[in-house]
Amino acid sequence: MDKKRRNFLKIAGISTLAGLGATTGLGRLVGGAQSAVAATEEAATAEQGNAVKQNAGDTPCVNRYGMLIDVRKFREDLSLGERVVQACHQEHNVPNIPVKKDEIKWIWMTHYENAFPEQPHLYLDQTNVEFQLPILCNHCDNPPCVRVCPTKATFRDANGVVIMDFHRCIGCRFCMAACPYGSRSFNWSDPRPFLDDATMNKDFPTRTRGVVEKCNFCTERTRVGLQPACVEACGDTKAIVFGNLNDPDSEIRQMLKQHHTVQRNPSLGTFPSVFYIV
Amino acid sequence: MYNGGKIITGLVIFVLLVTIPVWYNRGTTARSAPELVMPTNAKSCVLPAEEMRAKHMQLLNVWRDEVVRTGDTTSIVVEGKAYPKSLQLNCMECHTSKVNFCDKCHDYSSVTPYCWDCHIAPVE
Repeated sequence: MDKKRRNFLKIAGISTLAGLGATTGLGRLVGGAQSAVAATEEAATAEQGNAVKQNAGDTPCVNRYGMLIDVRKFREDLSLGERVVQACHQEHNVPNIPVKKDEIKWIWMTHYENAFPEQPHLYLDQTNVEFQLPILCNHCDNPPCVRVCPTKATFRDANGVVIMDFHRCIGCRFCMAACPYGSRSFNWSDPRPFLDDATMNKDFPTRTRGVVEKCNFCTERTRVGLQPACVEACGDTKAIVFGNLNDPDSEIRQMLKQHHTVQRNPSLGTFPSVFYIV
Repeated sequence: MYNGGKIITGLVIFVLLVTIPVWYNRGTTARSAPELVMPTNAKSCVLPAEEMRAKHMQLLNVWRDEVVRTGDTTSIVVEGKAYPKSLQLNCMECHTSKVNFCDKCHDYSSVTPYCWDCHIAPVE
């Protein structure tokens, strides 16, 4: 075949033009299709906008259990905090590990500045400087821990409670990194040696090495119609009120209507289900 | 066949080596099934003994998923008797000894289920 420079340049030029034309044509087609898809998606998200606010969990929850903690009551009776923590940890076989960095906590007492670090106050009132308040898992309506769990070991049940399935937990601790409230503890070692066989609750399992644990809103108790252990420990003081936030007639909703309450760091958009009267 | 003698000798040695477990355990009691201590306070279980022996692990997994994940805690009713879906609170009510029941077969078949890492075995 006779290859002349002139012919080569002609063919090359035509090929380039054809190539460019095809890409633009294709690009336009694909771009059009993509923008159409994007438009429908946007519409869908806009529709869900309200739903997201109401219930951002991956399962639609019929109930949404919540708690209202009256911190004033814990200031009136200084031993109440200790009793509440004891009741919970006794009920769920939470080990008492003396090493601070290994300790396991489901509910514990802390100072206002630690519970509400997003509300720094230069001249904090004396009561909140002195006294402690109980904190626990917030059982958020939009729980970041559930979103990050790679095995769905932590999930929301039908009552809106964020619970752990210890059988599935692989101990990756993504949930601990995701939880903005530090509500989760990791079992660095076997917790059994730190539990007293005599006082152990034989109706509830312990945990094993390498799983994350946290408050479960006493799912095992509420299922059989009992109040959570911490609520029971408060007796008639109404220091902690437990109930269904989705039921407008529930005691907790009535209390929320009557009092000014705060949630821990609400600006994160996690929608905590634990409320405080400070 | 070239080197027939060597090949056949080699094959015989190979077969003998591979079958060591068979003739080494001949005449010993290594293969007899373990003796279990059966419950005294009950005659029946949720399934016939044969099925329980073969399928208890699947059954426990199904119970676990139903109770933990879907919150379905309804009891299993067999012949008018209600059995809650729980290893710790149901199975061990009759099979009161982990050492003389669970461990016997698990040791025999060399399986190490992790149930008891968390669930509390009866005091023995």
